[in-house]
Amino acid sequence: MTKRINVERNILSANDEVAENNKRKFDSAGVFAINIMASPGAGKTTFILKTMEALNNRLSMGVIEGDLASTIDTDKVKSAGVSAVQINTGGECHLDAVMVADVLPSLPLSKLDLVIIENVGNLVCPVNFRIGSHINVLIASIPEGDDKPYKYPGAYRGVNALIISKTDLLPYIPFDMDYFQKGVEILNPGLITFPVSAKTGAGMKFWADWLVGKVSSWKSGLLTSINIPQR
Amino acid sequence: MHELAVTQSILKIALDNAETVQAKQIIGINLQIGQLASLVDDSIQFYWDIISEGTIALGAKLNITRVPTMMRCFDCGQKFSPDAESFECPSCKSIRVQVVQGEEMRVDSIDVE
Repeated sequence: MTKRINVERNILSANDEVAENNKRKFDSAGVFAINIMASPGAGKTTFILKTMEALNNRLSMGVIEGDLASTIDTDKVKSAGVSAVQINTGGECHLDAVMVADVLPSLPLSKLDLVIIENVGNLVCPVNFRIGSHINVLIASIPEGDDKPYKYPGAYRGVNALIISKTDLLPYIPFDMDYFQKGVEILNPGLITFPVSAKTGAGMKFWADWLVGKVSSWKSGLLTSINIPQR
Repeated sequence: MHELAVTQSILKIALDNAETVQAKQIIGINLQIGQLASLVDDSIQFYWDIISEGTIALGAKLNITRVPTMMRCFDCGQKFSPDAESFECPSCKSIRVQVVQGEEMRVDSIDVE
């Protein structure tokens, strides 16, 4: 005889549990973790390197690089003198909590204030998989176009800060900033936004100062309950 | 694109729950998946047929209920389903709106023998 069993569980609850465990590890080491998401080519790795410069030794930083294959990004970051570890997802289009848990022992967490996790370049999947970060950051680059909030609403809803990158290209590319920001405001009201150019350095100091403030207030216990928006 | 990871999670939840009642076979799995959840039904079924092999869930029917996207306007309270081009409220044109439904990814229940 067939019987029905009520389950009522979020499909990704197992991943979420591992993510919470990662977060506890970051917390106990006093490390603030950022999950950076963007499309391929938005400039994630360059942005991370420029963030390190703009931080100017105010925070000790480590990086986790996620890519389908290769260690190109990790090599770039390491050559800049940052502790870095590569995750190759081997085809998976996002990082998940287990992948991050596996590489945590490779980072000197006790010596770090900040870990930046560069997710796989993709605007669809990464936002569904929590990895244990304290905040999620989305990079939207000018060449991608002003309609991306409307086309990838999930990516814009699941983040705590937005970087608009490659602003040095604004004179050359049609990009209606009002239309873009209207979409962002609908999906994520009040989202803090940083227009930057990694090439010219414009806006990088403002972002780095904000980050230093965020980490220091988190460390002093003021931000114990930052909530990443629910799926 | 991430349907394999999602399908693995569905299988694990189904098998764990079936085990607690010592079920012999899982006949069906009832899922609620929101339109905003970026999941493709056919891909889930495709992976399911592969990864459920050798388990008591082999052959189980995946009953996927698609939950439509609904938004609510903060200004006039209107509930509406947005069109793809814009998310503004159809009655008062406000953009102060929020998603109230459509992001679900949930195993509601399983049917077992």
